[in-house]
Amino acid sequence: MSLIKELDYGTPIRIAEKEVSLTIDGEKVSVPAGTSVMAAAMTRGVKIPKLCASDNLEPFGSCRLCLVEIEGRRGTPASCTTPAEEGMVVHTQSEKLARLRRGVIELYASDYPRDVLTSAGGAEFLDAAAEVGLREVRYGFEGANHLEDAPDLSNPYFAYDPAKCIVCSRCVRACEEVQGTFALTVEGRGFESRIRPGSTDFINSECVSCGACVQACPTGSLIEKSVVAQGMPEHSIVTTCAYCGVGCSFKAEMRGEELVRMVPYKGGQANEGHSCVKGRFAFGYATHKDRMLKPMIREKITDPWREVSWDEAIGRAASELKRLQAAYGRESIGVITSSRCTNEETFVLQKLARAAFHNNNVDTCARVCHSPTGYGLNSTLGTSAGTQDFKSVDEADVILLIGANPTDGHPVFASRMKRRLRAGARLIVADPRAIDLVRTPHVKADYHLQLKPGTNVALLNSLAHVVVTEGLVDEAYVRARCDLEQFDAWARFVASQKNSPEEMEKYTGVPARDVRAAARLYASVKNAAIYYGLGITEHSQGSTAVMALANLAMATGNIGHVGAGVNPLRGQNNVQGSCDMGSFPHEFSGYRHVARDDVRGSFEKYWGVTLDDEPGLRIPNMIDEAIEGNFKGLFVQGEDIAQSDPDTQHITAGLAAMECVIIQDLFLNETAKYAHIFLPGCSFLEKDGTFTNAERRINRVRKVMAPLCGKDEWRVGVELAQAMGYEMNYNHPSEIMDEIAALTPTFAGVSYRKLDELGSVQWPCNDQAPEGTPIMHVDRFVIGKGHFMLTEYVPTRERSGPRYPLILTTGRILSQYNVGQQTRRTDNVLWHLEDVLEIHPFDAEQRGVVDGDLVSLSSRVGDTTLRAKISERMQPGVVYTTFHFPGSGANVVTTDNSDWATNCPEYKVTAVEVRRVNALSSWQERNALEDATMRKVLEASPDAAE
Amino acid sequence: MSMSVHVAWDEGVARELIEERAGLEGAMLPILHALQKKFGYVDARAVAVIAKVLNISRAEVFGTISFYHDFKRQPPMGGTIKLCRAEACQARGAENLAEHLERVHGVKIDGGYRNGVSVETVYCLGNCALGPNALHDGEIFGRLDAQGLEDLYASVARKTGE
Repeated sequence: MSLIKELDYGTPIRIAEKEVSLTIDGEKVSVPAGTSVMAAAMTRGVKIPKLCASDNLEPFGSCRLCLVEIEGRRGTPASCTTPAEEGMVVHTQSEKLARLRRGVIELYASDYPRDVLTSAGGAEFLDAAAEVGLREVRYGFEGANHLEDAPDLSNPYFAYDPAKCIVCSRCVRACEEVQGTFALTVEGRGFESRIRPGSTDFINSECVSCGACVQACPTGSLIEKSVVAQGMPEHSIVTTCAYCGVGCSFKAEMRGEELVRMVPYKGGQANEGHSCVKGRFAFGYATHKDRMLKPMIREKITDPWREVSWDEAIGRAASELKRLQAAYGRESIGVITSSRCTNEETFVLQKLARAAFHNNNVDTCARVCHSPTGYGLNSTLGTSAGTQDFKSVDEADVILLIGANPTDGHPVFASRMKRRLRAGARLIVADPRAIDLVRTPHVKADYHLQLKPGTNVALLNSLAHVVVTEGLVDEAYVRARCDLEQFDAWARFVASQKNSPEEMEKYTGVPARDVRAAARLYASVKNAAIYYGLGITEHSQGSTAVMALANLAMATGNIGHVGAGVNPLRGQNNVQGSCDMGSFPHEFSGYRHVARDDVRGSFEKYWGVTLDDEPGLRIPNMIDEAIEGNFKGLFVQGEDIAQSDPDTQHITAGLAAMECVIIQDLFLNETAKYAHIFLPGCSFLEKDGTFTNAERRINRVRKVMAPLCGKDEWRVGVELAQAMGYEMNYNHPSEIMDEIAALTPTFAGVSYRKLDELGSVQWPCNDQAPEGTPIMHVDRFVIGKGHFMLTEYVPTRERSGPRYPLILTTGRILSQYNVGQQTRRTDNVLWHLEDVLEIHPFDAEQRGVVDGDLVSLSSRVGDTTLRAKISERMQPGVVYTTFHFPGSGANVVTTDNSDWATNCPEYKVTAVEVRRVNALSSWQERNALEDATMRKVLEASPDAAE
Repeated sequence: MSMSVHVAWDEGVARELIEERAGLEGAMLPILHALQKKFGYVDARAVAVIAKVLNISRAEVFGTISFYHDFKRQPPMGGTIKLCRAEACQARGAENLAEHLERVHGVKIDGGYRNGVSVETVYCLGNCALGPNALHDGEIFGRLDAQGLEDLYASVARKTGE
């Protein structure tokens, strides 16, 4: 194994129809027109010395190292800023060039620290010095220099040492062109010029710590603190980030078994070499001291935990589950799979339920996020997934962003979207809050439809009303590709006066004029793309809203080509995959109903067991049944329902009513407080497997270190099945994927070998599409004709009133991830140490609340206390909080209202009241007490050794 | 031209100046000039306002201000003389003038205010035929000799002393 070094062409290889041919060092080279001489040379493997150029940035021409000679031209032009031309004859090396380059490096070197042996990084600079053959610095080191400039160590993850900076501006350009934040600049001019994050230090600047500048720096001036501390890595392995649904590929750069740094992988087709603060830097949780590495059991949840061997723990789990089934019936136990785990682990777990428990009581955390996406897109387009790849956004002319906040939730995709917006695409944002993309440097939404929470369907119907009544329907498309009878019914429905923007304004609060203008904009271009998130799904009409989006896209001919589509931004790294794998109680892998005899038959044959043809219990049903006394045992893998699911006190009452709760996790999470058996899990760094991202892309996860707990996570489900008497046998996760491929038509062509060859594939991947499917529904919908569904707006039952006059909506922020199990155990807490309640100045003033006050947030189901933050991002009447910290109890307040079709909770709408207080809520006090009592672990007993 | 009269920093006034010019193409420089004209310098507090109004980052505004020596980051404490030290004026004795000023008045060129006067280097005022040149308050003083520069220095010092 060695360090993976990716090829850098120096400047982008252009996309052009015309090719130009030139001669470089006597060899003929052909490149697309517009490509630089430098990149053209690199296609032949000729690396021209360079410092300021990188192929993820536009050419800049500042370092003056890449000079070449071109026959018939005067002087020595910079090869990075000189486009290749037909017939050009280029020489990349001559005595004159060597002298010039050496002179340039010599000047840089005279102002570069000489103690390179004891300082970290700077590999590119040292390489360049070696390439040009620098042997002496005739100027000495005593002249004016920057060697005493003070370093900026304020960022927890990287250091900036200006003494090593040559002001090539690569970092500044990376921040602008790649990340789109524009947080860096050059201060001053001439010799005085220095790179600065504005007038302040890094931590207090506009920097979002994506790491693009650190990656860009050729001199080691910007460098990861982990490299400074641990030294340069010596080998690297490509794997997939385990945070959000973008699914970025990273090189895990290692020194022995120690992870030194995560560097985004250029070959990763989801991220193409970019990253965010979570994937790039927030991996410290994987080796945090809170990791639980031993299996543990206890009789009662009030007992302290006792460490036991794996055999004892799995044996106990099996015997308990069998006892419960014998006593309370086959249906009395179930499992919850995790969107954080691999496809293979998930597949094993749902198989455990169906084949070993002999019931279909398997559900997944997608229940509480994107289950309406599955239902809504399946009923309209025929497949439960987004229609595009991420790259598609590069060709979008208009972007409709609704109920998603990509700069916080999906930062790497947001950077790509911002790049397209800076290039001129138009933007419509529909969101109750003024999210960053409404207005952020160099990006501005054309329309911000600031709707009231819970009125998505009303807004979407009124957009559709304008499309239909103003003749904006793409009739040729609809006639050719959609069910016409359904279309007619839908068109009549949305055209009715009650769906007009003027009528719907009463509900949405959005001026009808803006809705009409936005609808015209969306329908006016060839490529209009919809991106949405949990702001669409987590509502009582979540599934309806997804269908309304699909209707709108079909009516305007915006499905089936690049630049368009309907795209859910998936929350978790493998939420697409966990759904694909058959984690829902009514579906086998590939979204096929359990009642279908042909499908069930194929599984029965392969698995050698009779399968239940009735859908099993969903998570909320499991909890309800537990409280009723009918559901007694639950295996939860990698999920923390006691923090993440709505109406916390209802969830914990359900858990407390069960006789055997089995948790597999990295940490003793909130749910584990109610568990009887704890099984340690593995971090993504310890796993082999696959994750499937929001664009249906199956990415390999590769093991970079051995499981800290001594057991591969996928083996646990296998061994539990075996202990319960059902034989499962796999030697490696690749064999699980082979079984998935054999049983799932959309995965038929997927294998680890293919993934290693191609990097990744997007399902469907089978005989018809052996290399996968970037864009779906290209010539026809997968179900034949597209289905228009009627989407009547039905206001939620959750309404503000005299007792609860405000509406609470919840979400997340950039530096923390979901329930925060991971990010809270990293330096990311520097940016977000607690959840706060954002409130509009008007509502705050009415309640005498000032910034930083403790306030009580109460709904009809519960109350909690947190700090107020006055924010103009809010609209009056709406408050907002995040749910990253268990102690803040956001979900103590949310209700068990849910989507009519899928039971996805209505997290985004809770009627609440806010008032000033000076103490924590009684739930918080009780919870703090339970934290101490229900997490106690006995001192390790000598016989517990494995 | 007469000496500018500056007012104390006022965010409301600044915002107005910024918003009035926000629609111009390349609005940043006209905005910075307007602020400097009004307040005598560009207050650090203007950075966030400009960034917000122009929808650019604070770093970009900061970088631009720092690029131009002419944009002052502190309120003026007197008058300014800009002495040209480019090639043509050098050839006509500008360096001797600078040295003279330093010797006689203890002035430190580019070293801040002394006696209410700051003498700064400038490179070319576009009046080469009549050098050495200096600029004060928008007015060019050509064909300077030691006495001429001393007179100019004394008059600026007197003006700020009043």
